[in-house]
Amino acid sequence: MGSIAGTRSGLVWITHLSVLFLVLLWIFPTVGLLVSSFRTADQISTSGWWRSLAPSEQTQTVRTGEPSVQRLENGTYVIDGDFFEGADATVSSFGITSRDVNAFDAGETATLRDGSTITIGADGTYRMESAEEFDGRRGQRLFVTAETPPEFTTGNYGDMLFSDRSANMGKAFLNTLTVTIPATIIPILVAAFAAYALAWMEFPGRALLVALVVALLVVPLQLALIPLLKFHNAIDIGKGYLGVWMAHTGFGMPLAIYLLRNYMVGLPRDVIENARVDGATEFQIFTKIVLPLSFPALASFAIFQFLWTWNDLLVAKVFLIDATGETTVMTNQIVELMGTRGGNWEILATAAFVSIAVPLLVFFAMQKYLVRGLLAGSVK
Amino acid sequence: MHPALQGLMTIIVGVGGCVAYFYFSNQFLDRVLFPARGPNAGRNINRANIVRPWLFLFPALLALGLYLAYPVFETLRLSLTDRDAGGAFVGLDNYRQMAAEPKFWEALKNNFLWLLIVPAASTAFGLLAAQLTDRISWGNIAKSLIFMPMAISFVGAAVIWKLVYDTRPADQDQIGVLNAVWMMFDGGIGSIVMLKIVPALFVLALAAAFGWMARILVAGAMVARTNPAGAVATSPQGAVASGTPSSRRVLRWIVGGVCALLALWLLWSALGIVTASPPYGEPQTWLTLPFWNSILLMVVLIWIQTGFAMVILSAALRGIPEETIEAAILDGASPLQIFFKIKVPQIMGTVVVVWTTITIVVLKVFDIVFAMTNGQWETQVLANYMFDKLFRANDWGVGSASAMVIMLLVTPILVWNVYSVRKEMR
Repeated sequence: MGSIAGTRSGLVWITHLSVLFLVLLWIFPTVGLLVSSFRTADQISTSGWWRSLAPSEQTQTVRTGEPSVQRLENGTYVIDGDFFEGADATVSSFGITSRDVNAFDAGETATLRDGSTITIGADGTYRMESAEEFDGRRGQRLFVTAETPPEFTTGNYGDMLFSDRSANMGKAFLNTLTVTIPATIIPILVAAFAAYALAWMEFPGRALLVALVVALLVVPLQLALIPLLKFHNAIDIGKGYLGVWMAHTGFGMPLAIYLLRNYMVGLPRDVIENARVDGATEFQIFTKIVLPLSFPALASFAIFQFLWTWNDLLVAKVFLIDATGETTVMTNQIVELMGTRGGNWEILATAAFVSIAVPLLVFFAMQKYLVRGLLAGSVK
Repeated sequence: MHPALQGLMTIIVGVGGCVAYFYFSNQFLDRVLFPARGPNAGRNINRANIVRPWLFLFPALLALGLYLAYPVFETLRLSLTDRDAGGAFVGLDNYRQMAAEPKFWEALKNNFLWLLIVPAASTAFGLLAAQLTDRISWGNIAKSLIFMPMAISFVGAAVIWKLVYDTRPADQDQIGVLNAVWMMFDGGIGSIVMLKIVPALFVLALAAAFGWMARILVAGAMVARTNPAGAVATSPQGAVASGTPSSRRVLRWIVGGVCALLALWLLWSALGIVTASPPYGEPQTWLTLPFWNSILLMVVLIWIQTGFAMVILSAALRGIPEETIEAAILDGASPLQIFFKIKVPQIMGTVVVVWTTITIVVLKVFDIVFAMTNGQWETQVLANYMFDKLFRANDWGVGSASAMVIMLLVTPILVWNVYSVRKEMR
């Protein structure tokens, strides 16, 4: 509508800028976590993630080479090398005690307590000289303030997914998948049949059933926790995959029926009436005509149900995760990590992003259907 | 058996079972029970068509009944019994016990705060984003980025925002954005402008908006009262006949009154903002500051729900007939007037839908609070309180009672939804 509302260029600019501001505000927190998941623990805890995108000036503790690498040059013992191993860093100053870490500028020569001298160049190379032989086992400790370029690592993800230390995220990922896929597929089929009956079959009580479905749409699932846990225990399912699949099927049912019925009602009446006249049974009409035509609605619901089951914490906690913790899902694992390693942002950020990645992929790939489903799914 | 294999098996068994059930039950109906041949062919076809819908519906109804309808009644029953006493009926004892707990009232108070703020803010931001993005060329990209948090789990969002709210000691670099921004304020002119004058003006504007709404609503109620009353003053039955307008008038009075109270409260808080002396230069542990921590938790949900509101409202905005806007432009309306006087009234129905949908999400909010504060530092909400009671204290009675409170709060929306769907179907 922008074309017809007498737009002035100033207004257009304000619009562009406000949208840009809004978008940046909205993605800023997520980007923060994403960037953090590619930084080392040290980097995360010493500087804000927004600094990591630009070169940062940091004071680091470094050690020269061990005395064992010294060599004799013209009567002087020398240890030399490069603190940054050829990495692209610029040293601005250095110090020899922790009390004054910026005592010397790059290029200057400092005299250490034992009489030896050290020179550090701006590129991080150093040369330590002494008239006497260096002894001891470790290199000299120094403090170097250097500007380092942005540096990222994928090590967190490797640790998280493939090493054992890593809080079970790999297993939790598989478990989440195991919960999600059946819990997405089964309700679709069940709901599709019911939605067809509610949309295209005449029977007494139909309007009442639609009203019931709409009513159940808003019933908080919190009410179902204890009664169903009791029920699952009574029929000997207890806590486990079967229980959580059934629970997700039940909880997703109202939305599934509602979405699919709304869509099926809108299908062209002629097609279905003609099929009936031609002698097709209701079962044939459903499988051969209605189901293929309803693909967009089926896709919408599938995305909803997938996102909801993947992201769910409460249902998994109540119906799936038992005392052994073997069947933990990612959301639960993250909450536990928040409790036990709340300060380890490299672990938390990576874990969160492992769990967020799949829904985000689904979201961006199938956004069209998600939007369509939202538009059809909100009660008008 | 490996769970993943078990999952695959379940898919096959579940899907195959469903298909087999639907196929064979239909076959049974048509071939065996009421075959469409022989002397009673016509009658049999009719009978089969009476039974068939229920065949189609049966599995879904079973799931609905068992997993949603039955628990409502069972929870009601549990809330009236005592588990320790072997499930004996104890009347309203659980509710009484719950009402005696300060934590419950804290949860209820917070829930109302959530109900007040989250739907309003999400809808407002959503409307703003919808209106703005509809007018620019890269609007669709902007939309999908604002919409993106919808795909992120509440737990994931909790981690994301916990990093934003993170706190480090004052002598270190702050790694949480909020504290980093906070540390830039030092009590000088900039701080006074940004932290006192601007927020105070914003709150005053909100107060003015609510006051204005209250005035309109109350004025409308007065008009509604004088008109019918004047018309039917002579006939005593007239008052009874005008039932709907009078109930509407009451509603207007109530909503108007609430708006007026809100306006007053906002005025009061504007005063508070100006007179407060915030602790400049000290990094704050945001999630332990009572009241503000609740607000910060709400921000997470607003961040998630704004995309939803935007998508729905943007579709509604596009559905507005262009003639109405063209006419307004010809009449010389300003862009703001077009937005508030032409567009917003036409999408009011959708705004209500968005508002109620988010309200329901708010009532069920659990994961965010559970993951970020677990109800400590006065951030408790009903759903987390209930989880606490059910699975930590193992008190099914009080837990069920608090679940019933959530149900009670949802009920008006439930009734309204059913009412509007039935109206639509007729």
